[in-house]
Amino acid sequence: MDPELLSRIQFALTASYHFIYPPLSMGLGLMLVAMGLVYMRTKDPKWRQLSFFWVKIYGIVFAMGVATGIVQEFEFGMNWADYSRFVGNVFGSLLAAEGVFAFFLEGGFLGLMLFGGNRLGPRLWLFSIFMVVFGAHFSALWIIMANSWMQTPAGYTIAQTPAPARAVMTDFWDVVFTPSFIPRLMHVWVAAWTAGSALMLSVSAWYLLRKKKLELAKSNLKLALPFFLIFTVWNLVLAGPSMAIEVTNNQPLKLASMEGLWQSTSCAPLYLVGWVDETAQTTTGISIPCLLSLLAYQNVDATVAGIDSFAPDPTPPINLVFQVYHLMFGLAPVLAGIAVLAAVWYLWKRRLYRSRFVLWLLVLSVFAAEIAITAGWWTAEIGRQPWVVYDVLKTADGVSPTLSGTDVAISLGGFIGLYSVLFLLFIYLMNRRIQAGPEPLEAVETVAVSDLPDTLRDIFRKRPHGSGPPPAEGPTGPDSADPTENTGGDS
Amino acid sequence: MNLAELWFVLFVVIIAGYLILDGFDLGVGALHLPLARTDEERRLMLGSIGPIWDGNEVWLVLGGGVLFAVFPLAYASLFSGFYLAFMLALVVLILRAVAIEFRSKEPSPRWRTGWDITFWVASAGLAILLGVAFGNILAGVPLDADGNISVSLIDLLSPFALLIGLTTLAMFALHGGFYLLMKLHGPILDRLERWMIRMGVAFWVLQTLVIVVLVTGDYQITERYVDEIWPVIFPAAALGAFVLAWYLLRAGRHFAAFTASAAMIGLLLISAAIGMYPNLLISTTDASYNLTVTNAASADNTLTVALIVALIGMPFVLLYTAGVYYIFRGRTELEPEGY
Repeated sequence: MDPELLSRIQFALTASYHFIYPPLSMGLGLMLVAMGLVYMRTKDPKWRQLSFFWVKIYGIVFAMGVATGIVQEFEFGMNWADYSRFVGNVFGSLLAAEGVFAFFLEGGFLGLMLFGGNRLGPRLWLFSIFMVVFGAHFSALWIIMANSWMQTPAGYTIAQTPAPARAVMTDFWDVVFTPSFIPRLMHVWVAAWTAGSALMLSVSAWYLLRKKKLELAKSNLKLALPFFLIFTVWNLVLAGPSMAIEVTNNQPLKLASMEGLWQSTSCAPLYLVGWVDETAQTTTGISIPCLLSLLAYQNVDATVAGIDSFAPDPTPPINLVFQVYHLMFGLAPVLAGIAVLAAVWYLWKRRLYRSRFVLWLLVLSVFAAEIAITAGWWTAEIGRQPWVVYDVLKTADGVSPTLSGTDVAISLGGFIGLYSVLFLLFIYLMNRRIQAGPEPLEAVETVAVSDLPDTLRDIFRKRPHGSGPPPAEGPTGPDSADPTENTGGDS
Repeated sequence: MNLAELWFVLFVVIIAGYLILDGFDLGVGALHLPLARTDEERRLMLGSIGPIWDGNEVWLVLGGGVLFAVFPLAYASLFSGFYLAFMLALVVLILRAVAIEFRSKEPSPRWRTGWDITFWVASAGLAILLGVAFGNILAGVPLDADGNISVSLIDLLSPFALLIGLTTLAMFALHGGFYLLMKLHGPILDRLERWMIRMGVAFWVLQTLVIVVLVTGDYQITERYVDEIWPVIFPAAALGAFVLAWYLLRAGRHFAAFTASAAMIGLLLISAAIGMYPNLLISTTDASYNLTVTNAASADNTLTVALIVALIGMPFVLLYTAGVYYIFRGRTELEPEGY
């Protein structure tokens, strides 16, 4: 067996699997921050009850993300040693920065987020949640930066000596702000927020369909729906189209592959669905005339470069890129449509709460969002092939020279087995939590809110819950500081 | 000192941070089955590391990232050369993370026992794997002229590497024991006291064996100790820290004992690093193939960028790490939302 092919399959599998979770960490996290702010403002205990519930869900999602994330960092060296030797100077430093800036933020505050409900007052708990969510976004920032350098490398020169040849940084800021970085970052962030708000909507809609936890579900749905509407429309009309412009400018061959555009064409059409015949070099399907020209150049008459104009450059597998791209592209208006429909049905005398059809659409929206995100990544990564660093290093030249097919077959088999089991467990646990729903506050709060330290000063003055000699007293807790001191508003 | 040498020092500091911090929670994992008898005791043990294990593991991720950035040639050779060993390490890292977080999410005893066993095997397994990898690095690897290591998983399991693996397990278990002395309460503490003696003796015997093997065998890393003598102060200080930890344990000063144990781990790593320097990977094929601080390093501008990143980031890391430990200080209690 070919170690290169197996390594490609393994990397695609592990990266796609890993990236199921980070969008939820970012998106659901953002929604938790919003929820915490609403609680701070209204002090309505239902938001606190929902926060306890969602933080628990977040813990499961985050555990999966952390467990599968470390694989990615190791795999560069394990399967792609020659790639690592070539890019270490540039790419490695971005990964190291991710570790210093982002992972510690997440890892440090995660414990406070998951257990902060009974350790910290609402304000400090919200701060901890914010820091974890901030860390998750920061982490994505460095990864998109590193990946954007692979798509549109800049700020480097190739040093041939001493061997092996390697990319050496010439300008750090050019490496950071490669031409594709900002549009891609926004696209990924907004997509992640879409997935997170969709998860909240999906669960709320499920409760409404099952006639469970009705009041909580309505509140939760009302909170998440405006966010979902904004994010889906944002990606449809702003973040997505700006990606089209970015790809047109920086990777025109990828754009031509995404649309199966074989010859340069003015007033180029945009396919809704289609099929690319790579041997006959034809693309058939249903298309909208001139829309590709409009998206790429904001001008219906503009000429879009076809695949033929890049010969003899090597091309990616065009039909595959076409299909995954159109899967993502097709889901964007579907998601925005669901959002608009749900919003209208809500505004129109709260029909949403009774419309089983729209509620079902909301239940399914999180899956659509996750599929769109994966399809988008596949478009970006397969569309870059056969290059691993665009126009600089071929993927085939990056593979570890020491690997045998057996080695990679063993590890690939291990990942498939392990990840399948984990996915079943993940679904099982999520399902159990979601079906059980938010527990009453009395069941989850072990300390009265007013007894929790809610400023930095409190933390140093109050003994934390559980630090007293066992057995711990009841909800008031042993406390040397005057508990009444904390009940009022503090500065 | 040039930038690459400075980064060698910083890399050793990061790895020391990892061994000291994740070392104790791996040790808690290794003690999980032998020590805790009831479900409550197991939850207490997990709860004692629950809020912090993830932060501790980040030091490993950071070590990997820093090696990639500042010594990419060593990163590429090591990770591809030890392919299946690293694959095993990934499997146990994943299982361990999932076991901690999933274990108490279901009340079923079978579910919990399954995850307890997983957690124990994964923790002890990772400690041994780290030691085995370390043992191979100390002994040298068959690096060729292109910097590639062709070695099978079985070759990695040499008697010396396995000895280091077991020593690492004993060291982490002991270190975890010092941590648990601060965190647990109830009858489990009496059992822990007995385990401390067993683990202390086991580590003492194994570590002595390691030193005997290193001194009597033909190992490049001992050359500097023979030639220059002065580096002997580091292993001697490690021995001192071990004795001190034992004395403080007897005196009932658990935090100080834990600190001494942490210092010992750091000093042992420094002792090894002094033997390795300036090599990152020693070639058993030909000394000219060694990957060193000089020939494996990134260019100076990358090293500078990485240094700036570290200088900006690490103070924050230390600040909130300390903050989290402060908030979760004191003995662990069971909580409905906890482990």
